[in-house]
Amino acid sequence: MARYFTDEHEWIDVDGDVATVGITDYAQGQLGDIVFVELPQPGTQVEKGRDAAVVESVKAASDVYAPITGEVTEGNEALEGDPALVNTAPESDGWFFKMTIANQAELEGLMDAAAYQSFCDSL
Amino acid sequence: MRYLPLTDSDRGEMLAKVGAGSIDDLFVDVPPEARLAGPIQGLPLHQSEMAVERHMRRLSKKNLAAADAPFFCGAGAYRHHVPATVDHIIQRGEFLTAYTPYQPEIAQGTLQMLFEFQTQVARLYGCAVANASMYDGSTACWEAVAMAGRVTRRNRVVLSGALHPHYAEVVRTMAKFTDDEIADALPAMQAVPDNAGLIARIDDRTSCVVVQYPDILGRIPDLAEIAEAAHAAGALLIAVNTEPVALGAIKSPGELGADIVVGEGQSIGVGLQFGGPYLGLFAVRDARHVRQMPGRLCGETQDAEGKRGFVLTLSTREQHIRREKATSNICTNSGLCALAFSVHMTLLGEEGLRRLAAVNHALAQKAAERLAKVPGVSVLNDTFFNEFTLRLGTDARAVVRALADKGILAGVSLGRLYPHADALADGLLVAVTETTGEDDIETLAAALEEVLA
Repeated sequence: MARYFTDEHEWIDVDGDVATVGITDYAQGQLGDIVFVELPQPGTQVEKGRDAAVVESVKAASDVYAPITGEVTEGNEALEGDPALVNTAPESDGWFFKMTIANQAELEGLMDAAAYQSFCDSL
Repeated sequence: MRYLPLTDSDRGEMLAKVGAGSIDDLFVDVPPEARLAGPIQGLPLHQSEMAVERHMRRLSKKNLAAADAPFFCGAGAYRHHVPATVDHIIQRGEFLTAYTPYQPEIAQGTLQMLFEFQTQVARLYGCAVANASMYDGSTACWEAVAMAGRVTRRNRVVLSGALHPHYAEVVRTMAKFTDDEIADALPAMQAVPDNAGLIARIDDRTSCVVVQYPDILGRIPDLAEIAEAAHAAGALLIAVNTEPVALGAIKSPGELGADIVVGEGQSIGVGLQFGGPYLGLFAVRDARHVRQMPGRLCGETQDAEGKRGFVLTLSTREQHIRREKATSNICTNSGLCALAFSVHMTLLGEEGLRRLAAVNHALAQKAAERLAKVPGVSVLNDTFFNEFTLRLGTDARAVVRALADKGILAGVSLGRLYPHADALADGLLVAVTETTGEDDIETLAAALEEVLA
C-alpha cells in the first residue's frame, strides 16, 4: 500500500483500485479542535483538485479537495458522532472517504512522505 | 455643512474609467418605458419645511387607515393590538441599537433576548431549533426551499396552489438564479384544500413540498397527510405560516410532521407598518438539520466561571466565515422586530396566546355566520382560523372598491392577488381579529347587502 500527499494537506492511501483520503496531522494541527465534518455521499463523482468534503473547526470551515479523480464509495461514518477523531487520529481512524481511482497517472504528481515533510518544513 | 465631495471632473473620470458617457448610461438595463424621461412633473425643486409638512399632511388625509375604518384586510399581514409596553421596552437605549451582536462580552442582553426569541419560535412551531429571524415570511420561505435542496440534494420544488402568491413569486424570482425547478398551481376554490392533487405532484426528484397553514384562502390543510406523502418520496415538508396567532388554537406544524417551518411574525408585536419592516421566522423540527440552516443562531453556554452566558453559534455556516459556500447570503436579522415579537409573546404567555387565539376565532365565526346571511354571499371554507374566503357571485375587486368608497376596508379580493385568474375573481378574503368590533361586522354586512343588491 502506498501513501501520497497533496500540497493542500490531504493524504491518500492507495490499495489496489481503492483509495482512502484524509487530512494530514499538520492540517489538523493548523485547524485546531474539529467540530464537524461534512462528507460526500457515496456515488458522488469527484474531480482532482475540486472540493469533496468540508471540515469545520472552532476557528474556520475549510474545504477538503479530492487528490485524484474518481467516485466516492464510502464516507467515514465514525466522524459523524466523533469529529474529534480527525484531531486524535488524523492519518488513521480519522479518514474522510474512500474512492475509486479513475486515472492511475494522477497519482504520479503527488508527494511521498519525505517530500511532504520537507514541503511542511518549508511553510 | 454640505457634504458633496465629488466634483463634476471626479464624476467624469469615474464614468470614463467604466466606459459610460453619463450617469444615465449606468441605467440602460432598466427598460426605457420604466425610466423617467425627465424631472417629475409638478414636483417643485424646493419648499420650506413647514410647507412640505402641510402638503404631506393634506396628502395623508386621503388615506383610509386601518384604525379609521371597519377593517377586514389580512392575506399575510394582520392588524392586532400591540400593547404600549412593547413600544416602551423596544425603545430603551440598550435595545434600540440592536445590531447583529458579534461580541458576547458586550452584548449579553441582546444575545439573551435572541435566545429567548428562538425558544419562543421553536415552541410555537413545534420545532427543535429556530434561528434569530429572517427578513420576512416570504424570504424565509425561499431560504427553506434552498435548505431543502441542500438536505435532499434534489432540485424540484412543489408549491401548494394555496401558498400565498407573493411568497410563490419570491421563490420563483430566487429560483431564476439557481437550478431549482418550480412546480406551482392556482388554489382550487373548494371548501377543503386539494391534498390529493398536491400529493400527486410529488415525485422522486422532489426536494420539498411547500404548504401554507392556514392557507391563503384561510383553510387549514391536513399537514400530517402531506408530511407522510412527502417523506415517503424522500422529500421534506415545508410549512409556511402567515398568522402566528393561529398557532394558539391549532396544532403546530412541527407536531404534524413538517421538517422546516417558516413564517411571518408580524402579527405578534409588530404593527402593519405599510408592509414592513416585518419579521421572518425560521425553524427546523430535527436538530440534525441545524448545520444546513441559514441565518444567525444564538446559543447558550457557560463562561470561564461556569456562569450562564449567550453567544452566536455555528457561525461556520455563515458568509462572514464560509464566504460563497455559506448556507445563505443573509447576514443579519430583523433584530428590533424580533425583540418586539419576543416582548409581546412574553406579555401574552402561553395562556394569553391561547386566549387571544380563541377571541380571534370566535369573532371570525360570528363574522362568517353574519356575512353568509347576505343574499348572494357564501362562505367557501370548511375550516378557518381568523380569516376565510367569501364568494360574492360577482367580481370582488369592484365590491371592495365600492365598500372603500363607503369607508369600509372589506378585505383583500382574490382578483387583487390573482389578477389573471377569472375563476377566483368572485373571492374575497375577510380577516377578523380581536381589533374587530361586532359593530364593524354589522356595518360590513349591511353595506355588502347594499352594494350587492
